[in-house]
Amino acid sequence: MSQNVLVFLETDGDSLRKPALEALGAGRALADGLGTQLHAVIAAPNASAVAGSARPLPADVLHVVEDAALSTSLSGPACRAVRTAATAAAAGYLIFPATVRGRDLLAVTAGALHAGAAADATAIEVIDGTVQITRPVFAGKAVQIVAARRVPFCIGTRPNAFAAPTDGEPGSVVSHELPSAGDAPAATVEEVRAPEVRAVDLTEAEIVVSGGRGFKGPENFHLVEELAAALGGVVGASRAVVDAGWRPHDEQVGQTGKTVSPKLYVACAISGAIQHLAGMSSSKVIVAINKDAEAPIFKVADYGIVGDVFEVLPALSAAIREARAG
Amino acid sequence: MKIVVCLKRVPDTTAKIKPAADGRTVDPQGVEFIISPYDEIALEKAVQLKEAGTATQVTVLCLGPANATKELRKAMAIGADDAVLLTEDRDFRDPAATAEVLAAALTELAPDVVFCGWKAIDNDSATVAGMIAARLDFAYASFVVGIEGVEGQNALRVRREVEGTEEQVLVPAPCVLTAQRGLAEPRFASLKGIMKAKRKPLETKAPADAENASDLVALQPPPPRAAGRILGEGAAGVPELVRVLRDDLGVL
Repeated sequence: MSQNVLVFLETDGDSLRKPALEALGAGRALADGLGTQLHAVIAAPNASAVAGSARPLPADVLHVVEDAALSTSLSGPACRAVRTAATAAAAGYLIFPATVRGRDLLAVTAGALHAGAAADATAIEVIDGTVQITRPVFAGKAVQIVAARRVPFCIGTRPNAFAAPTDGEPGSVVSHELPSAGDAPAATVEEVRAPEVRAVDLTEAEIVVSGGRGFKGPENFHLVEELAAALGGVVGASRAVVDAGWRPHDEQVGQTGKTVSPKLYVACAISGAIQHLAGMSSSKVIVAINKDAEAPIFKVADYGIVGDVFEVLPALSAAIREARAG
Repeated sequence: MKIVVCLKRVPDTTAKIKPAADGRTVDPQGVEFIISPYDEIALEKAVQLKEAGTATQVTVLCLGPANATKELRKAMAIGADDAVLLTEDRDFRDPAATAEVLAAALTELAPDVVFCGWKAIDNDSATVAGMIAARLDFAYASFVVGIEGVEGQNALRVRREVEGTEEQVLVPAPCVLTAQRGLAEPRFASLKGIMKAKRKPLETKAPADAENASDLVALQPPPPRAAGRILGEGAAGVPELVRVLRDDLGVL
C-alpha cells in the first residue's frame, strides 16, 4: 500500500487554524522522510474560498471538499470527506491536528478504516523506513514511543509541538463531492449555542496564565485575567479552583483536565500538585509566582518569584502593559 | 434501553509514574489504581438513567488485568447490574486492537447505548470510543454534558460542549457516547451496594483475537527540566521578570 501522507486542514471561519498548519508542517517532514507525496484536505462548507485565500500551501495535491453538511461539529461528514481524499491520495499516513475536533475526527476515521492510531504526537520520525511517534502519556508524567507496523495509520499532532511549513504552491488542486451518509443511524444537531467569539482553547494557546487556591475566592481571579490579557494569553485554573466552582471545567489544567504545552506557562498561587504538574510540565517556559518558596511548582519552573500574588500580579500586569506601550 | 459502560483501570492521578526496568510498562510499586475518572462519570450517569427508568440494564465492560475485578465490583456497588472482564494478556495493546476487542465484546452484548469517558487518563489517547462507534456503525456523540430520554423513541437527546459551543443533539440507538466533566458527579458506593455487588454476575473471558497496528518501542520518563532561577521576592522580582519576558523570551 502506498505511503503517501494526507493532512486534514481544520478551518475556523474563513481561514485555516494554526494547529492545522502545524500538522501540515509535520506532514511535509514525514512525506519527505518517507520519500512520498504530501496531500492535504480542506473539508468545509466554504472550502473553496478557504483554499483560495490560504497562504501558499506546500502540498503536492490539495483536496477540496465543499458541502453545507460539513458545518457540523459532529465528525460524521468530515470523516466521509477525509476518507474520500484518503482514497484519492492513496494515503498511508493520515495526520490530524490534535485539537478537540481533530482528535474526534481522527478517532472516527481510524475506526472506519480499521487503521492504527497515535493521538497527540509531539514528534514523528522515520527510522529505517519505520514511522515512530513520540507522545506524552499520563498527562506528561511519561513519554511513549510507538512504531506504526501497518498502514493506514492515523497520527494526531499536538498544538504548539510542530512548526508550520514554509510556503510553497500546491502542485494541483482537486475538488471532490461529499459522499452521502448511507443508512447507518447518525446523530443530528438540533440546536447550537455558539459564543460570539470563539475563545482560544487552552490546549492551543501560546501563553497560559493559571491561578490556584491562593486567590482565596473567585472574586480575586480578575488578577489572573488581567495578567493573561496583558500577556495576550488564556486563563487556566488548578483542579482545586475548578472543584470549588470558582472557574469553569474547561479551564482546568492537569491530568483530569487539559494537558497544555504553551510557549509560556505562568502559574500563580499554584503549589504544584503532581496531577497539575503533569498537565503543564511540557510547557516550553514555566514561570511560577508563589509565596511558599518550598512549593513543588518551583521544581519545574524556569523562573520564579517568591511572593504574594495579591502584591506581585498587579505590579506585573502594570509593568507588562507599560513595557508593551513603550 | 440497555447501556454498556466501558471502564478502564488506571493509576490514580496522585501516583508517580515511573517506567519499569523493562522500559515498556509502569513500575507498579506504590501505585494505587482507580476507575478512570471520566469513565466513572459515565457510569454514574448510566446508573442515574436506570434509576430514572430510561435504562433497563447497566453492564460494565473492562479490558484489563485479572485484578480489575476490584474496579468492576466497585462499579456494581455503585449500581451496575453485571460486569464483563476481558482479561488482558499483553503488556501493550494499541488503540486499534483495543477498539477491535471491545467492539467484538459489544457485538455480543448488543447494547442500545455504549458509554465511555472521553479519554482514559493513562494513555490520554481519546480515540477508542470513536473507533468503536465507527467499527460498529453506531451513532456517535462526544463530550456529552447532559442526557435525557426521548418519549416513544429508542434515542437520547444529549447536550455536548465543544470548544465553548453548546449543542443539543438527537442520537438514535445504537450509539456510543463519551462523558465530559459536568455530566454527573460520581457517588460513593453505599455499604448496602457493596454487599449486593458481591452477588452480582461478573463474567471473565479472554479478549477476541486482534493484532496491534503499532509496536511499543519504549516508555520513558519525560525529559528533565533544567534547574530554574528565583528572580526575587515580592514585587521586587517584577522588573527582572519583565526583562526576561521581553529580552530572553521575546513574548512582549
